[in-house]
Amino acid sequence: MKKYNLALQNTYNNFKKTLPILVGIILFIAIVINTIPSKFYNKIFIENNFIDSFIGASIGSIMAGNPINSYVIGIELLKQNIGLTAVTAFIISWVTVGVVQFPAEALLLGKKFALTRNIISFFFAIIISILTVLILQFL
Amino acid sequence: MIKKIIIKIGYNWSFLILILFLYLLTLFFNKTLFIRSILYAKNIFIEVIPILFIVFILTFLANIWLTNKKATKLLTQKAGPLQYITAVMLGILSSGPIYMWYPLLSELKEKGLKNSLIAIFLYNRAVKIQLIPIIIYYFGLPFLLITTFSMIIFSLINGYLVAKFTNN
Repeated sequence: MKKYNLALQNTYNNFKKTLPILVGIILFIAIVINTIPSKFYNKIFIENNFIDSFIGASIGSIMAGNPINSYVIGIELLKQNIGLTAVTAFIISWVTVGVVQFPAEALLLGKKFALTRNIISFFFAIIISILTVLILQFL
Repeated sequence: MIKKIIIKIGYNWSFLILILFLYLLTLFFNKTLFIRSILYAKNIFIEVIPILFIVFILTFLANIWLTNKKATKLLTQKAGPLQYITAVMLGILSSGPIYMWYPLLSELKEKGLKNSLIAIFLYNRAVKIQLIPIIIYYFGLPFLLITTFSMIIFSLINGYLVAKFTNN
C-alpha cells in the first residue's frame, strides 16, 4: 500500500509542477498564433529539410520541461504549416538536449560527458527527424 | 525583489502568472485579440484534458514499478548486452524531470557505471510510454513507431560515441 501511495504522491507532485507550465504554454501559444501571421513562419522555415530541422532542433534544445508541452507546441506549429521535419526535430531535442539543464548535468556527470552527449543528441535530433519524414513519405 | 518572489512561488507558477498578466494587458489594449486567443486556447484545452488523464494513470503505473532503488539495482547487477537493454528500458520507464535523476546517476558513476549506459538512459527518456496516447492522437501510429524505434537505435549509437569521446 505504501508503494502505491508513494507512486501516487510522486505522480501528483510531477503534475502539480507541470500543469501551470502546460496551461501557460497553451495560453501563450494561443496568443502568439493569433498575433503572428502565418507568413512569418514561412520566412523562418524555408522548406529545406536540413535547415528546418536544424532550426527546430535549436529551438527545442533551449526549451525544457515535460515532453507533453513539446507535443502541444509541435501540433500547433504543424497547424501553422511548419514542416514535420522541423517539428520532429523540435520535439526530440526538447528532451534529448538540455541547454537549460547543462550546468547541472556538467556538475554532476562531468563537463566533457555533458558536452559530448548534448552535441551528439543535437545532431541525432536532426538525423532522426529527417529519417522519420523520409520513411513516412515512403509508407 | 522579483527574483525572490519567483523563487518563493516557483518558476512554474511565475510563468503562468506572467502569461495571465499578458492576457490582462491584451484585454485592455486589444479585446478582439484577447477573445480570439481565449477561444483558441479553449479548443486546445478541450483536446488535451482527456489525454492528460490517461498520461496521469500511465505515469502513476510507471512510478509504481520503477523506483530509484530498483533502477540502481537493475543498472548495476547485469553485465554485457543485457546492461544496455536495461538502460534503454529504464530510460523509457523513468518519469519526472531529468535533473531529478542526475544525483542518482552521478552516484552510480562514482561506483563505476559506464558513461555509455548513462547516455543511453538519458536519451531514452525521450521515449515515453505515458505519452503514447498523446503522440498517436496528434501525430499518428506510424510516426510513433518510427520515432520510437529510431530513438532507441540512436540511443545505443549515442552511448557508444559518448563512451568513445569521453574515454570511458
